[in-house]
Formats: sequence, structure tokens, C-alpha cells
Amino acid sequence: MLDSWTSDAPAKLFGVSDIGVTPRQLKVSRGTSDKVFRGFILAGALFSLIVLALISGFLMYRGFGIFKDFGFSFFTSSKWEAAADDGSAPAHFGVAAMLVGSFVVSVIAVAIAVPFAMAVSLFLEYYAPYSLRYVLTTILDLVASIPSVIWGIWGYTILMPHAVGWSKTLNHWLGWFPLFDVPAPIFERSPFIAGMLLAMMILPIVTSVAREVYSQAPRDQIDAAYGLGSSKWGAMRTVVLPFGKSGLIGGTMLGLGRALGETVAVYLVLNLVFKVNFHILASVGGNVASLIASRFGEASPYELKALMAAGLVLFFMTLIVNFIATTIVNRSKVPS
Amino acid sequence: MNAIATDVTPVTPRKPWKNTRATLKTATINGFFSAVLATALYTFTGLDGILGWYVSFIISVMVVMAIVSKVTGNGKSIADQVAPVVISAGFATVMIPWISLIGTVVQRGVKGIYTGFFTHDMLVNSMDEPLNVGGISHAIIGTLIIVGIATIIAAPLGIIAALYIVEINGKAARFVRFLTQAMSGVPSIVAGLFIYSTVIIAVTHKNNAFAGSLALAILMLPTVARTSEEVLKVVPREIRDASYALGATQVRTTLRVVLPTVRSGLITATILGVARVAGETAPLLLTSQYFVRFTTNMFNSTMASLPTYVFGALRTGTENSLARAWSASLVLIAIVVFLSVIARLLGGRSTGRK
Repeated sequence: MLDSWTSDAPAKLFGVSDIGVTPRQLKVSRGTSDKVFRGFILAGALFSLIVLALISGFLMYRGFGIFKDFGFSFFTSSKWEAAADDGSAPAHFGVAAMLVGSFVVSVIAVAIAVPFAMAVSLFLEYYAPYSLRYVLTTILDLVASIPSVIWGIWGYTILMPHAVGWSKTLNHWLGWFPLFDVPAPIFERSPFIAGMLLAMMILPIVTSVAREVYSQAPRDQIDAAYGLGSSKWGAMRTVVLPFGKSGLIGGTMLGLGRALGETVAVYLVLNLVFKVNFHILASVGGNVASLIASRFGEASPYELKALMAAGLVLFFMTLIVNFIATTIVNRSKVPS
Repeated sequence: MNAIATDVTPVTPRKPWKNTRATLKTATINGFFSAVLATALYTFTGLDGILGWYVSFIISVMVVMAIVSKVTGNGKSIADQVAPVVISAGFATVMIPWISLIGTVVQRGVKGIYTGFFTHDMLVNSMDEPLNVGGISHAIIGTLIIVGIATIIAAPLGIIAALYIVEINGKAARFVRFLTQAMSGVPSIVAGLFIYSTVIIAVTHKNNAFAGSLALAILMLPTVARTSEEVLKVVPREIRDASYALGATQVRTTLRVVLPTVRSGLITATILGVARVAGETAPLLLTSQYFVRFTTNMFNSTMASLPTYVFGALRTGTENSLARAWSASLVLIAIVVFLSVIARLLGGRSTGRK
């Protein structure tokens, strides 16, 4: 704020510099109190940098032994076995199955959530009656704050029985396609159900991003579309949707990041099996976060290191996804 | 007021956008045929339950709309007729799980709630015992303490980060905003794991409640920072300029002018942060864990909290423990929703609707 005082705009305005008079330069000299204050605020603001650095540093430090012992096979092997007590079998840790599982579940979640998020945000911005919009938006915000453990208990008791029925139907009609094939006719606790639950959980965040970009669609272009005789859907299709495309992609990535890191809900509705599985209806799956939650309790110190390494992998994964997401979202915003 | 007006017969303004009798008639007929078709679909296919009828109804509405627009051919394409149906149906469909979730939590939760539920703890009762003994007082107080300490740590830091971005607006402002955005993406379990690997392994050597607070503080900071930033941006520049013109330093301007202006907005930001972490389970499973009774020992003992109580009851897996989980869920959801509503009410008053 204060920096703008040094501007020489007034001098130019009155043409002073033209007649050879050098304008007086105002130099901001901050008092001691301001210097201390600014330093203090900067230090506080950089706290998040310290936390992020410490997270990667410490998880790296604790998990380093695992990366050294297993090397690249930590990422390519899907065997997760603690050492046998009698020493007959050595420990072996690999997160391949969990990495694949994380992505399978999250991609299902995003695939279900994004079309609905588009419909919801278009509805809230352009279709809903004015009187209802504020109420519905408030409800959406409240839903966003429902804790994941409650989504989990609901998903386990209410959603699962329904979803098993849908899974059977899908499998019955589309079972010839490998994605919907199952090795054994057990449909409970499958990636499909976990993905569906995650879709409901990430819907509010995807919607809020989509709604923001859709609401910024240029009003004059929409009116121009109407003026040319377009129907409402025509205006949506030719103006609003193309305008919000990159914002929607960013919101989708943000939702993907959330879905990758979700723990408790996935833990409750997904059967943790250390096997790479692309049959989304089969009762075999897992993700990195729920691996940590489920093995943490009875882990030996060595297995704990492996969990730290897995946590580090998860941390970097979400960090990268999130970085891409925020970059896209920030770029798509219209500078106000 | 004057005599001229009395001679003029009032003209009722026409409202061409209003539903006419004809459109209402078409809508009724469409709805009727859709319902008939839906019932037919419902009867002759494998769909069952209310959901099954709902799905067939939506499909029927689309089909009927498409046929009608094709037959009458009033110049509009089928997509124009079907799109609003798809969009409204999308919203209605999304609401089904919300209604189901809230309904189930309330319906199953109230069964286990009696006065003692809020005053007793689980010291002498197990999760499996009938619902008229034991309670969640320890878990409620535990949640309040853990979240309270987290707030004391995270709220000032979040507001400071926002102050740096908006007030100081220094060279690192974009970088700081990037950092808080990156921090908001940290998965909750990673926050718990990090606190476990530092505080618990290196310092305290046993699980404790304070570690839980630290883990929640990590998750809370970005929410507070982001909301505070939005709030601070609303402060008019003129107020700051007036303060500077009177010779105030930046520290005085910030502390005496800017912050008091947005006090309620900052409270909103803090409450939103609290609502964000109050239901977090994963980091608490790794740090503060669960304890059967209330304790004030922050540093040497585990401590119960509502989310871990729900989780523990759920894992016990018997009928009674499941009922306990629902009741505790009801209390937890009531707290979180209450906080969110308060935050919105306060926020709506301070900054107004945009």
C-alpha cells in the first residue's frame, strides 16, 4: 500500500518534468514498529512452508530405510507382508496394489461426481427459481461439512445393500466387459461402492468450483445468444459450458486430490486386499490412506517405517494433483 | 391524488413468461403419460423400490418430452426439451443421498439418546451394552478440548497468513497463497502420520491428546487462511488510506483499523475451520486415539473424541454398538451443522451478500 507513494504520476500529470524540474522522490522509511510487525507477519505466513517441508522431510527420514531396502520394487510389488515371528519369512512391502486401488476408486468417484456437479451447478446458477437458490446453496455448503466417518457409516449400512443390487445388474448385463467382470460372485465392499461413496463426498467441492466459473460466464454473450433466438440450453451449450471448461477441469482435479486422500469412509466400505485389481465390482481393493489406517494399530517398528514411506508417496501424489488443480483454477478465473 | 387518475381504467400488466393454461395442460399430460410409462417400466423390468420407480420416471419424462417435441414439431430440437429435465433430475438425484443420510442419522440416532447419554462416560460400560447405560460425555468434552487447542494454534496463524497476503502484500504474497493452497490438499491421514512421526516418536513417546490437536491444526490452518483472505479483501482501501493520512503506522492501521472492521468475518473464518476439523477421524486414530473416560491429561494420555467414538463403536460391530455409533453420529453432525450455520449467519452479516 505504502509503496505507491513513490510514484511520480503527479509530476507527469502537471508536466513538471518537462520544464527540467526533477520531481521530489518520496522515500518510504518505515519505523521500527512497522519493520518488526512486517517481519513477524512474514514469519507467521511462512509457517505453512515449514510444515510442508517438515512433513516431507520427516516422512522421508522415517521411511528412508524402506526405500533403501526395497528400492523401486516398493512401487512395483503389491505384496505387503510383515516378517514372520519365527524369522522364517522376511518382511516385504510394496504399494503397487494400493496405488492402483487409489486411482481406480478416485477415478470412479470423479467419473460419477463430475456430470452431477455440472448439472447441480448449472441448475443452481441458471435453472433454479431465484427464491430457492440461496437455500439450496446453503444446503450444499452444509453437506460439504458432513464428517467422513458419518459418510462411512451411512455408506456401509444404507448405500451398500442398494449398491450390491446395482452391481449385480451391471455385472449381469455388462459382465462380458473385463471392467465389470468378477472372479467370484461377491459384490460387497467393492471399488465401485467406495467410488460411489467418494463421489458423493467430493461433489460439493467440485460443484463449488464449477459454480464459481459458470457464474462468471459473460452475461452479454448469454444475452446475445438469446437475442439470436437461442433456447436456454443453447446458451448453456454455446456460452457457459465452453467458458467454464478449464475451471471444471481444475475442480475435477481438486476433487481427485480429495478422493485420493480419503481414509475412513474408504476403509469402512472397501475390502483391503493386496492385489492389483481392475474388476471394479469385485470385493478386492484398497487405497494408500486406508492401508495406513488399517495397518497402523498392530504394525511393528519396521512396518511402521513402510507406512511412513507409503504416507510420503500419498503426500506427494496429492500435492502434485493439487498443484495442477490450483494452477488450472487460478488461470481460469477472470481477473476482477 | 388528483382527479385525472380516476377516469383511467387500470390496465393489468401482461406477464408473457407466466404459465398459461395451455402450458400447464401440456405439462400435466406429459407428467401423466410419464407416470404411466414409468409404472409400466417399473412393473415389467427388474427395477424395484422407490429408487427404481424414480429412475424409470426420469427416463419416461425424457422419452415423453422427446416424443412430444418431435410430434408437435414446434421448432425446437429434442435436446432443448430434454436438457432441463436432465439438469433438474441431476440435482434431484444428488439430493437423494443427502436426505437419506440425514434421515437415517436422525432416525437411528434418536433411539440411543437419553439424558444420561450426555452425562455418562464409558468407564464401566462396554460398547456392546444396552443403550440405557453409558454415554458420550467424555467424547464430547474430548472433542471440545482437542479442537479448542487446535483452534488456538491454527486460527492466529491462518489469520497472519491472510494478513500477509492482503495487508502486507509483499513479494512473497503469491508464494504464501500457493503454500496455503498446497497445505489444504494435505490428506488428513498424512497430517496424523506426520505428527506421529515427529511429536510422538521423538518427543512424547506415547499417544496423547495434544498431538491430536497439532494434527488438526495442520488441517485447519488453510481453511482459516483462505476465508480470512476473502474477508480482508472486502475492507475498503479508503479506510486504510484515511488511517495512513492521519499518520498512523502500518502496524497501528492493521491492528486498530483493519482487524476491528472485519472482526465478525474473522470469527466466521475460525468457525468454518473448526467445522472443517471437528469430524476428522483419521488423524485422531493415529494421535489422540480413544480413552474410556474423561481426562484432563493432555500430554500423557489418550483422549476420547466423538469421531473416534463413532469409529470404535462401528468396529465393535454388534447391534448395540452400532446403535451407539448412530447416536454419537447424530450429536457430531448436529455440532458440525450448528457451527456451519452460525458461521454463515455471522458471515452474512459482516460482509453482506455479493
